[in-house]
Amino acid sequence: MRPFRFERATDAQQAVALLGDAPDARYLGGGTNLVDLMRLGVETPGTLIDVTRLVGYDRIDEGDDGGLRIGAAVRNSDLAADPRVRERYPVLAEAVLHGASGQLRNLATVGGNLLQRTRCAYFTDVTKPCNKRALGTGCPAREGRHHNHAIFGHSEHCVATHPSDMAVALAALGATVHALGPAGARTIPIPGFYRLPEDAPHRDTLLEPGELITAVELGPPPGRQTRQRYRKVRERRSFAFALASVAAVLDLESSGTVSDVRIALGGVAHMPWRATRAEVALRGAPVTPERATEAAQAELEYAQPLRDNSYKVELAHNLIAATLMELAA
Amino acid sequence: MPITDIPRPLGKKLQDGRSFFPSGVADGGAGRVRLVPGIEPPILADVRLRINGTEHQLTIDTRTSLLDLLREHLDLTGAKKGCDHGQCGACTILIDGRRANACLALAVAHNGAEIVSVEGLADGDILHPLQRAFIEHDAFQCGYCTPGQLCSAVGMLDEVRDGWPSAVTPLLAAEGEIELTAAEIRERMNGNLCRCGAYANIVPAIGDAAA
Ligand SMILES: Cc1cc2nc3c(=O)[nH]c(=O)nc-3n(C[C@H](O)[C@H](O)[C@H](O)COP(=O)(O)OP(=O)(O)OC[C@H]3O[C@@H](n4cnc5c(N)ncnc54)[C@H](O)[C@@H]3O)c2cc1C
Ligand code: SF4
Ligand code: FES
Ligand code: FES
Repeated sequence: MRPFRFERATDAQQAVALLGDAPDARYLGGGTNLVDLMRLGVETPGTLIDVTRLVGYDRIDEGDDGGLRIGAAVRNSDLAADPRVRERYPVLAEAVLHGASGQLRNLATVGGNLLQRTRCAYFTDVTKPCNKRALGTGCPAREGRHHNHAIFGHSEHCVATHPSDMAVALAALGATVHALGPAGARTIPIPGFYRLPEDAPHRDTLLEPGELITAVELGPPPGRQTRQRYRKVRERRSFAFALASVAAVLDLESSGTVSDVRIALGGVAHMPWRATRAEVALRGAPVTPERATEAAQAELEYAQPLRDNSYKVELAHNLIAATLMELAA
Repeated sequence: MPITDIPRPLGKKLQDGRSFFPSGVADGGAGRVRLVPGIEPPILADVRLRINGTEHQLTIDTRTSLLDLLREHLDLTGAKKGCDHGQCGACTILIDGRRANACLALAVAHNGAEIVSVEGLADGDILHPLQRAFIEHDAFQCGYCTPGQLCSAVGMLDEVRDGWPSAVTPLLAAEGEIELTAAEIRERMNGNLCRCGAYANIVPAIGDAAA
């Protein structure tokens, strides 16, 4: 590991200024991804700026409309245990609890979770080419080991998936990321905060270099008739990344008619994948087994599986259909 | 500028946070790292930590994890290095009362913290109830994972007492007492792997200690 200077920022402006002074610096959250990547030689920062003690950013504040503003330094475990999150946005608590382990969630922060890097095995092996790690070196995963890679939105330059469970729930909830950079503050809605690899897979998100995530904002809580659910399929029952996952938020009228629905998939793309085609197919009528299957089909029709991951098409299909039926029951 | 060639076995990773070989340096296939003295010397920092009840003031390389600090600097070798990547839980300790992976926690980032490792669980000669339960239930074989299992279980039971849900808690939104079923224990202890497969005894040991 390369030697690094360590700085602790106490407010967001100071953190941004510190990073501006040291171009090879990185913000440090819990370190559960960054320290790992530094140990592997994937990340080689000369300075770490600890942003876990930014005053006021370790809190979850409530807005007048009942929405929540989650500080970037809030630990994953505190987020999932928060009674307001559990009651109003249970899909978020569920998603966080389905990620990593109790020990890791105690360290991991909201900001760090959103910006964790892909688990593609070529990305984490510095002896291999990888466009995401070293742009222009190629993507060995396309023809190599890719059974856990993307089935949507990949490019010839990268077929990796984004590993965060939390981000999938936030995409279904329509959350917004607050960022602060040298050019000032701005807000970016999820999933648009993330990007497809295209010809620039080294960029996971729309954040500019030096931009700090300060908070994640959730709009007013969905009404009483709203049902939410996160489901995740892994190679073992617990403590593994998703092969595929789904976050669904379903609004039903008293008649059972779907007034609104938001579905996001994890483990299938370079970003949380909003299944908008499935959503369109569901609106305006009650959820029946046939309609749930049709909706899933409407989305998965457009999947582009790689040689060894076509199993994900059926998996994601069944996940969507089963989760909808469960929510509508 | 003097250049030192240091032999390095091919394909072997340097695990130690104290070494100062920049990782990812191409060795040209010669099995050697070209080390240029003076270019990237270690960067030192002072940390103050309360460890198992004793104050410690140390000057360390900023790269030092809490795990290496305990094991290499203080000879507290209870916490184990199983993977150094957050995957096995053998390094689990309590940081300000919360369980955490010491291998991914940089010591400088936890300056001022109160640390408890397995060495700090017993009260003198009186073992912690979880330690006693592990012995009574024969909840280990080689024992390598045990210090991490114990610290993790201590932190986990506090989380249950605080009403934190897990991925298998039936009513996520309901506040109130959590019923610590075997399924709850297994899910909550998912970050602690046991290569000997002592789970069948670890789960009841924790259940008993919690009762
Ligand atoms: C064994 C293991 C299993 C895991 N399993 C899962 C899983 O199943 N599901 C899942 O979702 N995750 C999983 N994770 C990943 C884990 O959730 C992430 O490592 C964690 O959320 C990262 O948070 P952190 O605060 O530790 O980030 P760090 O490691 O500190 O930082 C990650 C990145 O974010 C940047 N960063 C941090 N904070 C900010 C900020 N405020 N603004 C801008 N940039 C910032 C850092 O510079 C770095 O690039 C697993 C991790 C491990 C080690
Ligand atoms: S899929 Fe992306 S991360 Fe994996 S090797 Fe290809 S470019 Fe790198
Ligand atoms: S050594 Fe820390 S989790 Fe394995
Ligand atoms: S007792 Fe041997 S690894 Fe758990």
